[in-house]
Amino acid sequence: MRVELREIHKRFGSVHANNGITLKVTPGTIHGLLGENGAGKSTLMKILNGFIAADSGEILLDGKPVTMTSPAQAVALGVGMLYQDPLDFPALTVLDNFVLGCSPALVPDRRRARRDLRDLCSQFDFTLDPDAHVSDLSIGERQQLEIVRLLWLGARTLVLDEPTTAISAQQRDKLFVALRKLAEGGKSVIFVSHKLEEVETLCDEVTVLSRGRVTGHAQQPYSTEKLVQMMFGQDIPRVRRQVQLVTTAEPLLRLERVTVSDWRLEIRNLNLDVMPGEVIGMAGLEGSGQLLLLQACCGLRPPTSGRIWLAGKDVTGQSYHRLRAAGVAYMPAGRLEEGLIADMTLTEHLALAEYQGGFFVDWPQAAQSAARGIERYHIKGQPTSRVEELSGGNQQRTLLALLPSQLQLLLMEHPTRGLDVESAEHIWGLLLERTQQGTAIIFLSSDLDELLDRSDRILVFFGGRVSAPLNARQINVEQLGELIGGKGFGGGGADESRG
Amino acid sequence: MDIVTFAAVVLAASPPIIFAVIGETITEKAGVINLSLDGSILLTAMTAFVVALTTNNLILGCLAGMAVGAAIALIIAFASLTLKQPQVATGFVLTLLCRDLAYVLGNPYSRVPGPQVPHTPIPGLMNLPVIGPILFDQNPVVYLSLVLIVLTWAYMYKTQPGLKLQGLGEKPAATYVRGVNVNRMRYVYTAVGGALVGLGGAAFSLLVKPGWARPYGIEGTGWIALAIVIFGGWRPLRAAAGAYFFVLLQMLANTLQSALPSVPTQVFPTLPFPLMILTLVLVTLGNADWVNRLLNRLPEGVARWLRRTIKALQTSPPAALGTVWEKQ
Repeated sequence: MRVELREIHKRFGSVHANNGITLKVTPGTIHGLLGENGAGKSTLMKILNGFIAADSGEILLDGKPVTMTSPAQAVALGVGMLYQDPLDFPALTVLDNFVLGCSPALVPDRRRARRDLRDLCSQFDFTLDPDAHVSDLSIGERQQLEIVRLLWLGARTLVLDEPTTAISAQQRDKLFVALRKLAEGGKSVIFVSHKLEEVETLCDEVTVLSRGRVTGHAQQPYSTEKLVQMMFGQDIPRVRRQVQLVTTAEPLLRLERVTVSDWRLEIRNLNLDVMPGEVIGMAGLEGSGQLLLLQACCGLRPPTSGRIWLAGKDVTGQSYHRLRAAGVAYMPAGRLEEGLIADMTLTEHLALAEYQGGFFVDWPQAAQSAARGIERYHIKGQPTSRVEELSGGNQQRTLLALLPSQLQLLLMEHPTRGLDVESAEHIWGLLLERTQQGTAIIFLSSDLDELLDRSDRILVFFGGRVSAPLNARQINVEQLGELIGGKGFGGGGADESRG
Repeated sequence: MDIVTFAAVVLAASPPIIFAVIGETITEKAGVINLSLDGSILLTAMTAFVVALTTNNLILGCLAGMAVGAAIALIIAFASLTLKQPQVATGFVLTLLCRDLAYVLGNPYSRVPGPQVPHTPIPGLMNLPVIGPILFDQNPVVYLSLVLIVLTWAYMYKTQPGLKLQGLGEKPAATYVRGVNVNRMRYVYTAVGGALVGLGGAAFSLLVKPGWARPYGIEGTGWIALAIVIFGGWRPLRAAAGAYFFVLLQMLANTLQSALPSVPTQVFPTLPFPLMILTLVLVTLGNADWVNRLLNRLPEGVARWLRRTIKALQTSPPAALGTVWEKQ
């Protein structure tokens, strides 16, 4: 099926999630939709699938314009979608999931469904027990179930939204084989991902999105650096910071053979020394292990082995609160989810952050601090503004204003995300002032220029593997892009899930 | 009293709770909690009795009870699904409101003799050994309750709309993607469940506890019905078993009272309630961490047997129970 999206626009409040996107998918191909988180990929696919309506724009299937009103209608027209979190029913059996919603008949023909399910599974080498409960299936198997279900319903175009985030390497291979088979059979496949190497190995064509716009289009064979550039964009080079490595005898932070893992990723035996006043940037596709390291350093995720030293003291396994008292601060990326309390004002936030002891809150003082923070960080708001009323950029500034003034180590996710160039410059000025006083900064960012300009050394993450620290002065955007894409990390893919 | 007669008595006394439990199971299966049961049973019992009395028509009485039950349920659906208000708060307020309303409006009809569902044995079948006197020497309401259990079970697990009903409570988003108008169907099932609760009320005042009085004497039954839904794991057959178990406990309490007159009269009627709660605790044991820790310390064989028993008893609610679904 030939799928065409023309000039799709979609706004959520002030965010222009899809800004005039045009996409053409040739029948019999696997089309990659590549972009960082928040680039607008999922929105676009939900529009194609009828889950949400576009503000404007056209959808054409085999050249005929259609209006998608619901996902059920999309399936009827031949467009099936696998959502990022499988939309199935864990409490029901595989067969019940398979037949749910399949026909208007009062009693579904389970015998026929069972036979069709078996036939479809054998076509793709899937092994699904019709009587097992979906809750006992792995995510990969649940995807397989969705694929055969949608095909059974007559889908000729299959959209997969980040299908590989939660599945094992073997299941991914199986999935890719199945997708190729589908394409060979004349079906169209749209593969949505932020993982470069997967798109490179799987897709015949790729369209790159960034900040709601199409930033590029490419066909096999790909150039990794070009794709990275399309994904991350490139601004005019800014003046780089002068490096002044403080070489004291003792590092501020020392990681000794630290192993830290979550349910899908593991960083093994990492050694790292961070000097006082040093800025370490962490590069890599989102979810390559940067967060694990940050969380290990601030006590949110105890390492499974190895030791962490802070200013000569062993702080391995200590709680976040202990480390916070020792001068470690963590600034998360989820502003309203993790960093701020949506319903509270700036003054209240500062009263919370600058706890002075005592039972009663010193409101006049908190209001003063809020006013100071507003001035210093150029927050556009009043001390009495609730933080959810602030724009994203101003929430970011508020987060920065809440950081304690005396710090040993500052850990940050996307320190300037959502800020314009000028504000970012201002914020980094304030941050680098801190480094003059000996505060070390470790931050992760998806902005390559920010990484190169602000860091002294850069760590590149790829599927849980970490490069040796690179001197930020000695590499350029192209080299960094290659590393982020996985070159130089040896064979194997990212996200080798264990289990 | 021999065991067959006893079983027949239990069955005869069970329709109100069966209707309420099955109704609430349907409502909660769709993801909505109708917490007003204790009040709506009273209000619908009163309504059914008064309508049956004034029209001298039992069927009209039942229908009136069902209509009122459905109306109360629709208030909850409207408050929750349309106004996005918390279901538990709405339900609780309605419980109190309906109870007081029942007593105020029903006051003129207190202790007035009225119509009653007649005993109608099914000829032929009633003469079957054992099951004849238990199942077929009853009245239409009891037959209806038995049919309802089987029908609900078949609808839920064998039909396409039944599967969708399960989906509504499990994952509304996935149900929507499969072509279901989530909120409309939730309205429908909340109303159907409420109507069945109303039928339960009618079965009280026209059959099991004929007439109306203040206090009526079934206060608290609605809460027990809610507990039985949990005990039943939101599955109609098991919920029905739970309802019969509760009525059995009540009947046993009655029998014991006459056997042991020295025990204060308050003890036995109260007994089924704590016993039911205890059973509920037993059923949910498997959800607690400390139980698993305790089991790990026991010898392997015993632990395995206990674990299997607990697992078989364990229930889990529909995943989206009590939540409001909004597309985006």
